[in-house]
Amino acid sequence: MDAILLQILNGLDKGAAYALIALGLTLIFGTLGVVNFAHGALFMLGAFCAVTVGKFLSYEVVTLDPSKLTPWGTPAETRTPIVQQWFGDFGAFLVDYSVPFSILFAIPIMLLIGVIMERGLIRYFYKRPHADQILVTFGLAIVVQEIIKAQFGANPIPQAAPVLLAGSADIGAIIGFDPGTVVYPYWRIIYLLFSGLIIGIVFSFLQFTTYGMVVRAGMADRETVGLLGINIQKRFTVVFGLAAVVAGLAGVMYTPILPPDYHMGMDFLVLSFVVVVVGGMGSLPGAVAAGFLLGVLQSFASMNEVKNILPGIDQIIIYLVAVVILLVRPRGLMGRKGVMES
Amino acid sequence: MSLFDDNVNRRLILKTGLAGAAIATAPFHFVRGAGAADYRNMPKGKSVIFGFNVPQTGAYADEGADELRAYKLAVQHINGEGDGGMLNTFTSKELKGNGVNGKKVEFVTGDTQTKSDAARASAKRMIEKDGAIMITGGSSSGVAIAVQGLCQEAGVIFMAGLTHSNDTTGKDKKANGFRHFFNTEMSGAALAPVLKNAFGTDRTAYHLTADYTWGWSQEGSIKKYTEALGWKTAAAVRTPLGAGDFSQYITPVLNSGADVLVLNHYGKDMVNSLTQAVQFGLRDKQVNGKDFAIVVPLYSRLMAQGAGKNVQGIFGSTNWHWSLQDEGSKAFVKSFGQAYGFPPSQAAHTCYVQALLYADACQRAGSFAPCDVAKALEGFKFDGMGNGATEYRAEDHQCFKDVLVVKGKENPDSKFDVLEVVEVTPRSQVEYKPDLLGGQLGSCNNGA
Repeated sequence: MDAILLQILNGLDKGAAYALIALGLTLIFGTLGVVNFAHGALFMLGAFCAVTVGKFLSYEVVTLDPSKLTPWGTPAETRTPIVQQWFGDFGAFLVDYSVPFSILFAIPIMLLIGVIMERGLIRYFYKRPHADQILVTFGLAIVVQEIIKAQFGANPIPQAAPVLLAGSADIGAIIGFDPGTVVYPYWRIIYLLFSGLIIGIVFSFLQFTTYGMVVRAGMADRETVGLLGINIQKRFTVVFGLAAVVAGLAGVMYTPILPPDYHMGMDFLVLSFVVVVVGGMGSLPGAVAAGFLLGVLQSFASMNEVKNILPGIDQIIIYLVAVVILLVRPRGLMGRKGVMES
Repeated sequence: MSLFDDNVNRRLILKTGLAGAAIATAPFHFVRGAGAADYRNMPKGKSVIFGFNVPQTGAYADEGADELRAYKLAVQHINGEGDGGMLNTFTSKELKGNGVNGKKVEFVTGDTQTKSDAARASAKRMIEKDGAIMITGGSSSGVAIAVQGLCQEAGVIFMAGLTHSNDTTGKDKKANGFRHFFNTEMSGAALAPVLKNAFGTDRTAYHLTADYTWGWSQEGSIKKYTEALGWKTAAAVRTPLGAGDFSQYITPVLNSGADVLVLNHYGKDMVNSLTQAVQFGLRDKQVNGKDFAIVVPLYSRLMAQGAGKNVQGIFGSTNWHWSLQDEGSKAFVKSFGQAYGFPPSQAAHTCYVQALLYADACQRAGSFAPCDVAKALEGFKFDGMGNGATEYRAEDHQCFKDVLVVKGKENPDSKFDVLEVVEVTPRSQVEYKPDLLGGQLGSCNNGA
């Protein structure tokens, strides 16, 4: 039972990342009709916002100490962290909480990147076939990741969770299991809650604001909304920016779980597309539900008991489910009738 | 009957001709390098071209960049530029800093992308288009085995870079291929006594293993040596290469009864699985009344930097480390540090050494002909290259030397100072019989 509970937690946690990326993908596809293969790169850029803030807060002044020599004979470097030197304990607190603070940096940056991307490139491909959109956005993703690699290198760059949240919670002891049997890292629990919060905010924005109502109307019938005198294009640009922010925040908060590297976006992109297809192209609740569902399925498929019966199933389960869904219900779990069915 | 019968005359002329030809050419067989008249990419001008096939893009690009730096340094030293580095400490004094066999060394580079097909394509291009006489490099066993096979077919020497799988000089060994780097068998032999001292003989291990040739090889070797100590193996679980999030593989460890987690992962997988294992509290856990332990059998300093503080106190093995205090290591660290401003990685070291060893073998053979060079390398004993007395064993083309057991440093002095050497395991302890790992060398191929 404890093993099942742990795998459910793993699945929800993994599914949270899938759901957040898939949510942005669905927003873009639902509003602009664009298949955005650069969305994984936005997730990665968000993670590197955290890396940048971490580097900035850990910035050290390097002075040479001629009294000490390196093994290759040059004066040794003495490094002094500036922020801690200037602000003392508060500086140390800033460094410790650099990942949560990165959210404040990532929101405007990702919004700007999203808007520039949409205005500068994506809008020229609205009326082009999906194949063109895939090619150009995939190319853009490669360009972005190569820029990041040139700047930050190819190796993962670890980002620590705040010391207070670096340990694990003994969930087993709380819910009546033996102590130590169901242990889960605090930061992963926070990630799960954070993704729930972001999903809630996005849904509330679309559901309960006038702006969101217009966007939803545009998703349903762009031409009619345009005929009403509403500049739906401008709103869609903002939606693209919003999707970039969601992907970026997912990336920021994921950095203590997975040390970011230039390729992490690609690793998530394909799975997230499968999530969108399973959930139903253009369906926001479908994307979220499928994200969590596939995350949990993937975790269960990784259990030794399952792998002993079906070796390698953990690597194909998501695609297997996608194949079955596409055969049985082409529009996905919660997709609108007609979408992907014609 | 005529004295000069037609048949007899014909036979006589043929025999005399053949005998004459044999006598005329015989002395050249005993002249060093005389057989070098006909081999693939025989250098004709004043220079000879080496092919450096390293990952310049992809997950191991940083390691590849370090390898390339080392190769460039080696070429400088062979050509007489710079401070000479390890040529000053190398026991063979054949190389004089004026190139190899009177020819200046030039190089071309290829990008393996850490993919076997891309690595073979770039090696093929360097051999066929650029005229490379030798191919060296790589940061993956899959790539090394693929490129080694290509070099064997093409008839050029392959000097393997960072490849740790037993198979490279085991079941997939080739007559044209040579490896300086150690292997998983040696890692197991070196680590076992240290693990016994640190954790005792009553332990239960849980293996997480990268699902490809190197991972299987590593898992097999560590299981073999730890089980010989008396350890039990709770489970050995294969994980997909590049899994990213290993949480679903780590959580079953919590209640498996195991008190040691062996991470048969390298590179990014090692960084991620180790980071996540620590996050799940495994390093601080108590099982069976003992402190839970994590072991990373193959360490890379570049990757250990990626795992940050999570490597502290964790044991592993490595081929070489920049903190070694022998004259060869000091000379190399000095050259590399002055050129680039930071210490070299083990990948850089093995590549640098391989380039020098190849050049030295050509010089000793007086030829670039692959089979002459292979003969010069086989059984070659040397020192002054950072690993103590070393031998290129003739039977499997594997270098035998001391192996380092390292531990993540508790209080590092700098970002490069992440590992400390806890044991230098002597060669005698890691050496094994040539037929242990299977395979056949086959015949050397000159490519003519």
